[in-house]
Amino acid sequence: MSKIDKLIEVKDLRVSVEDTEILKGINLNIGEGEVHAIMGPNGSGKSTLANVIAGRPGYTVTGGDIVYKGESLLEVDPEIRARAGIFLAFQYPVELPGVRTWQFLKSAIDAVRKENGKDELSVREFDQLLEEKRKLVEMDPDLVKRSVNEGFSGGEKKRNEILQLALLDPSLALLDETDSGLDIDALRIVSHGVNIFKGPEKSVLIVTHYQRILDYITPDYVHVLVDGRIVRSGDSKLALELEEKGYEWVRGSIGEEVNS
Amino acid sequence: MQDTSTIGDKYEEDYELLSADLPDWTSDFRNEAMLAFKQIGLPIHRKGNEKWKYTNARPIAEPQYSLAKFEEIGLDTIKNVAPWNDSWVNVVFVNGLCQGIFTSDTASNIQVFNIASDELPPNIAKLVGGIVDYSDDGFAAWNSAFMSDGSVINVPDGDNSGTVINMIFFNQGLARTVNHPRVLVNSGKKSNINVIENYVGGGDNHTLTNSVSEIYVGESATVNHYRLMSETDHTYDVGYGRVKIDTDGKFNSRAFFRGCGIGRYDLNVLVDGENASCDLQGLYFTSGNQHMDNFINIDHSKPHCQSNLFYKGILDGNSRAVFGGTVLVRKEAQKTDSIQSDKNLILSPKAEVDSKPALFIYADDVKCAHGATAGNIDADTVFYMRSRGVDLETASRLIIYGFAGEVIDKVEIEELRSYLEKAFLTSLPNHRFEF
Repeated sequence: MSKIDKLIEVKDLRVSVEDTEILKGINLNIGEGEVHAIMGPNGSGKSTLANVIAGRPGYTVTGGDIVYKGESLLEVDPEIRARAGIFLAFQYPVELPGVRTWQFLKSAIDAVRKENGKDELSVREFDQLLEEKRKLVEMDPDLVKRSVNEGFSGGEKKRNEILQLALLDPSLALLDETDSGLDIDALRIVSHGVNIFKGPEKSVLIVTHYQRILDYITPDYVHVLVDGRIVRSGDSKLALELEEKGYEWVRGSIGEEVNS
Repeated sequence: MQDTSTIGDKYEEDYELLSADLPDWTSDFRNEAMLAFKQIGLPIHRKGNEKWKYTNARPIAEPQYSLAKFEEIGLDTIKNVAPWNDSWVNVVFVNGLCQGIFTSDTASNIQVFNIASDELPPNIAKLVGGIVDYSDDGFAAWNSAFMSDGSVINVPDGDNSGTVINMIFFNQGLARTVNHPRVLVNSGKKSNINVIENYVGGGDNHTLTNSVSEIYVGESATVNHYRLMSETDHTYDVGYGRVKIDTDGKFNSRAFFRGCGIGRYDLNVLVDGENASCDLQGLYFTSGNQHMDNFINIDHSKPHCQSNLFYKGILDGNSRAVFGGTVLVRKEAQKTDSIQSDKNLILSPKAEVDSKPALFIYADDVKCAHGATAGNIDADTVFYMRSRGVDLETASRLIIYGFAGEVIDKVEIEELRSYLEKAFLTSLPNHRFEF
């Protein structure tokens, strides 16, 4: 099977929140097996991009399109996007009081399987799978018996996101500032989970403010997003350059482009 | 407009008739209560009445009720509507009157008496009414005046068998009848007991269940108390619970209200010995035009005590719920540790909750917190679940069940927990949150 070079195409995407334009014409193609990083300062719109791809309500697409596996996503409900293989690891994972992690994950995996013509997992099959993935992210076994994310530390919540990534095994993983608030050990575990997930048929979009996570997960492409526009794209060296020179450096280069 | 002071007069004749059959020791107690009932009447005016500010008791108070009569009911009928285990001590009441005690447990040392009988030992009889203050509560006075049936449970010192006493108050729903169940639990030192009070039944006619329960938690004793209420839209249910906890005692209360026309549970816990604690948790679900009022007071009078008050409500239709939770920490009650919260999930734009947690602290070295929430589910919660492939219906169901499950899961008696799971999960609506 040949590699799909455009798993997802973001075409001149314009997005507003309550009449404020956040994304001002984004173009981005992610092919199968590729790891892309979107870097940008606070408020640049990088989280918006990941969330709009996943179908989060509250955003208005005012122009352009998002095409995933050849079809537009704009009118597609978030659960259908998820079942089609799009996964968003949240910047702020939500606590679900009273909803058991086990039950939630089982509901999720069964929904995804059903959509793809597979039978629901038996309790035993699911328990085995869950145990395998839990070990991968080094999560405390007691946590899966508890309510989803309730009373979890910041690091545990992020590990739970990666556990879900590993279980649902999507085609495209969107990591929304997954590195924020993580200590070095948690960052290593989370990155390990993503690296295991990575593969010739898996694509990753990492949204991050800092270069730090890219020491662990090497991107094929780095894009710099400033004020709703991608102002520069390059390979992994761009992230290092950015780390060294700061976002003012790319802001400056926008000015050059405009002036030239 | 009806004058409150004439309400008691309507029941004078019933009172005289009832008195003829009751043991002598109850006469003074009941006469005094009848006098008070006639003076106080019932709270038909809300204005200036803080205790009944958010609940209109007029529909309950105004009708003239006749005393409900006993009718024998097949146990199968009871077992269909209430949790049951043959090894529990099951005490069945029909229309407020005792049908019998049913149990396979012959080894238990726990004594169960009929409350208004001659066989009640004097030292226990003198506890009746000991922690009930009906001077400002017409319903409690009414119950006390008409105390003719109910259970006294006496747990000997050191009996930690963890026996389950399952009291079922089945209401046949006979039109315009009132019944006045009465319960007294006396737990000895270092004892451990589970007590279920289950108010169930009703029909298409207006009925009133007006109950009073008194619970003494002895030194280092544990009382796990379960109060269940599941009646019809035509029933009124007024419950009055008084609890007194001695040194090192523990009172754990789990209350589950699945609706009636107008329901009120007035629970007052006196934390009256050092290192005593209470953990009061509740779940109420209202729908249609139902109304449920939880009026809870915790009174800390001794140092080094804990209290936890944790109630949750699910409201649908045009229903209304009231939560009044007050924690009083007296000057002597240093080192008190108290938390209270009331959370509500509102499924319908026409449903409404008045949640009023309050703290009165007169000691200076305490740890207290309170909070209340009411609302729909936030969009982030639902999006999080949908982003994992879970559809809106399933997400809504998981959220509502999860919300209820937080209280149900903590029920330690397995048969009771699975009964509650089934009972609540089947009655909760197939709601779909919209975003």
